[in-house]
Amino acid sequence: MTVAVIQFGGSNCDRDAVRALNYLDIDAERVWHEDELPADTTGIMLPGGFSYGDYLRAGAMAARSPIMDDVRAAAEAGTPVLGVCNGAQVGSESGLTGGAFTTNKSARFQCEHVYLRVENAETPWTDAFEQGDVIEIPIAHGEGRFEITDERYTELEANDQILFRYCDAEGNLTEEANPNGSTGNVAGILGERDSVAVLMPHPERSTLPDIGGTDGQGILTGFRG
Amino acid sequence: MRTYTATVTVRLKSGVLDPEAETTKGALQRLGFELSALRAADQYELDLEADNEAAARERVEEMAERLLANPTIHDYEIAVAEAETAT
Repeated sequence: MTVAVIQFGGSNCDRDAVRALNYLDIDAERVWHEDELPADTTGIMLPGGFSYGDYLRAGAMAARSPIMDDVRAAAEAGTPVLGVCNGAQVGSESGLTGGAFTTNKSARFQCEHVYLRVENAETPWTDAFEQGDVIEIPIAHGEGRFEITDERYTELEANDQILFRYCDAEGNLTEEANPNGSTGNVAGILGERDSVAVLMPHPERSTLPDIGGTDGQGILTGFRG
Repeated sequence: MRTYTATVTVRLKSGVLDPEAETTKGALQRLGFELSALRAADQYELDLEADNEAAARERVEEMAERLLANPTIHDYEIAVAEAETAT
């Protein structure tokens, strides 16, 4: 069993993801997007980076890569799929999850630590937390502003598909705590199944104790099933 | 087969914030220009061979739907014209 970390041209968090997963005793390997998913794939991670140089729109090209047909099929069959940062943009562009991630309200690339409030703790990705928990995870993106139609946003809320929202250290959803202007302070959402999730913050950058916080561990352990 | 040039204009839906356009508008105002709004759009020109204009438009619409625009945040317009042939 292994978690396939899909490496597109321009991915740059793929090695970090494998290392963070291995640290958690989760077997993982990088898989080039022109290759096939390993037969023993038990999970799929779409890592951060700048696939195809963010040409057209962040994630747009990678989302149309042939391997994404296999990723969608695996997701529909129940394989856990997690998209992080550029992987979230790829997941959104490929239809794995709803809405879109577009230019930050600041029109700038932002690299900073943020607080997230756990909105739904009944998923593999949040099983380690309680609803309302506040965790600290870094972001690093220029196109992370979550946009979605009002109708679809209402559906997301009604179906408990909102996984994390940006908040302050006390868990309050304020405009100041929303780093990119996302609708509803949304930082991460679920797909149709709760085994499929995307988020803009980087859990793999807050997993190894040597480089700072470890709040991301509870998210990545979702691959243990 | 005839040669057509299709122009696809992709813009953010009305009401979707465009921070880059806002920044550009602010820069124009700092230069002393008066304006009340600035909207930006991406434009793609595609040359293609097709039996007729309707067939060309149909193919370009599919391109816009599947890649050039993101229906969650974008509207798009397509204009198709027969290319001037060099004789």
